[in-house]
Amino acid sequence: MLILKPAEIPSSEITTPGDYKNRRQFLSAAASAAAGALLLDGLSEQALAEMKLQTIKSPITTNGEELTSRENVTTYNNYYEFGTDKSDPAKYAGTLHTRPWTVRVEGLVKKPKTFDIDALLKLRTLEDRVYRHRCVEGWSMVIPWVGYSLAEFIRQCDPLPSAKYVQFLTLYDPRQMPQARYANINWPYSEGLRMDEAMNPLTLLTFGLYGEVLPNQNGAPVRVVVPWKYGFKSAKSIVAIRFVDRQPPTTWNVLNSAEYGFYSNVNPNHDHPRWSQKNERRIGQPFYKQRRTTLMFNGYGDAVASMYNGMDLNRYY
Amino acid sequence: MSKRAIFWIHVVVWLTCLFPLAWLIYSAVFGDLGADPTHTITFVTGITTIRLLVISLAITPLRRLTPRLSFLIKFRRELGLFAFFYASLHLLTYVGLYSYFDPQAMAADILKRRYITAGIAAWLVLLPLALTSTNWAVRKLGGKRWQALHRLVYLAAVLAVLHYWWQVKAGVLTPMGITIAVAVLFAARPVLSWWQRRKRTQVQQF
Repeated sequence: MLILKPAEIPSSEITTPGDYKNRRQFLSAAASAAAGALLLDGLSEQALAEMKLQTIKSPITTNGEELTSRENVTTYNNYYEFGTDKSDPAKYAGTLHTRPWTVRVEGLVKKPKTFDIDALLKLRTLEDRVYRHRCVEGWSMVIPWVGYSLAEFIRQCDPLPSAKYVQFLTLYDPRQMPQARYANINWPYSEGLRMDEAMNPLTLLTFGLYGEVLPNQNGAPVRVVVPWKYGFKSAKSIVAIRFVDRQPPTTWNVLNSAEYGFYSNVNPNHDHPRWSQKNERRIGQPFYKQRRTTLMFNGYGDAVASMYNGMDLNRYY
Repeated sequence: MSKRAIFWIHVVVWLTCLFPLAWLIYSAVFGDLGADPTHTITFVTGITTIRLLVISLAITPLRRLTPRLSFLIKFRRELGLFAFFYASLHLLTYVGLYSYFDPQAMAADILKRRYITAGIAAWLVLLPLALTSTNWAVRKLGGKRWQALHRLVYLAAVLAVLHYWWQVKAGVLTPMGITIAVAVLFAARPVLSWWQRRKRTQVQQF
């Protein structure tokens, strides 16, 4: 057990009064979550598919929205490494091997490390979080993810003070992803966040959905989910996390910077050059009930708007 | 070809052309238009339009390949009109489901989104062709003028292909197949003319 001297404990680590009062329930939930995560160690990939994860309810969750069905969440995907049709990833992502899996931590950190996926699963209690998910193409879903705040993981990475951005790299293996060459894209998929965006409690290091291990087509075994940005910012199947001092190149921005910016915050006031972003189509609804008004920051403004005070979001789209 | 055979081919053509609409209605009623039904309706009506345009553009080259296929001309009009029909359904989807009948939103779209500009232009080009598709119009305009007007179908095909490319995301190549089909059919006309001229001059040479 690591015992920190009082000066080394940041105030953000102090237990809230609510959690302290409920500590017995909190501890028993945490213990079963850890035990559940232990069960995943050394399991074959077949056994991992659709395995239940031990989770606790998170105080950070979106209420008042109808969940998108698990069928739609797992069969309507953009994962171009497995084909560019929405139904392709569910059909072809079976060739993805999620064990063994490691995540390299590189760049401006005290010491580069490599984390095994099973170690990542045990790092913190897994939480159930419902988030809205808004694709830049104009459709949206409401998804119950499973994970913990990326900030918890970043603390383990020991980034140097000079680290200003975090870059995420997705796996690219042409043998596991034979359809990748049909998309006119330079792989591997790269995404990135500013340090404060990465440390925001909403940013979720994600291991599951609907209480189970992530299906391959949703970015198994580990991805990041950034709910106030367009969906392509939520990189899938992460193999490397790099801490850098300059804005990292991100795949869609490199492909077409006029259409896809680095920040890509959900913004109904900034149109994509080829279509408007004022409205969205909610997946799974009948065609006459799909249309929704798009919310600034996808409705998460309370938690994130302050990071962009003073920024012209039409310039930094 | 007997009149009976022609009649039954008409029946087949009509049933085939109506099938996509029947599928859409059936799927809507039984709730199976997919995860994004608005997108499905838009895509099915759009791809059917462009496929029917391509099929109608294939008729003249086929007839020029061999005189046995001359009878195909009888089906070109209904294929073209079905293309216009699906183009109109496609436009209605945009007006009703995407824009909720809001004229201001649509005006902004047409001016700012080039794929919508191309799409509206394609429909506007097809409109006079649909209106002058009747025998009465052919007589009134006279064969030569009618033919000149209906060459606009090439423009409509180009606009439709542009509309498709400008709509998909960077890096997506799905419109490639239909683009190649249109390109082949465009090239077929001058190539077939050249080939037929060669045949005629060869015969005269002896």
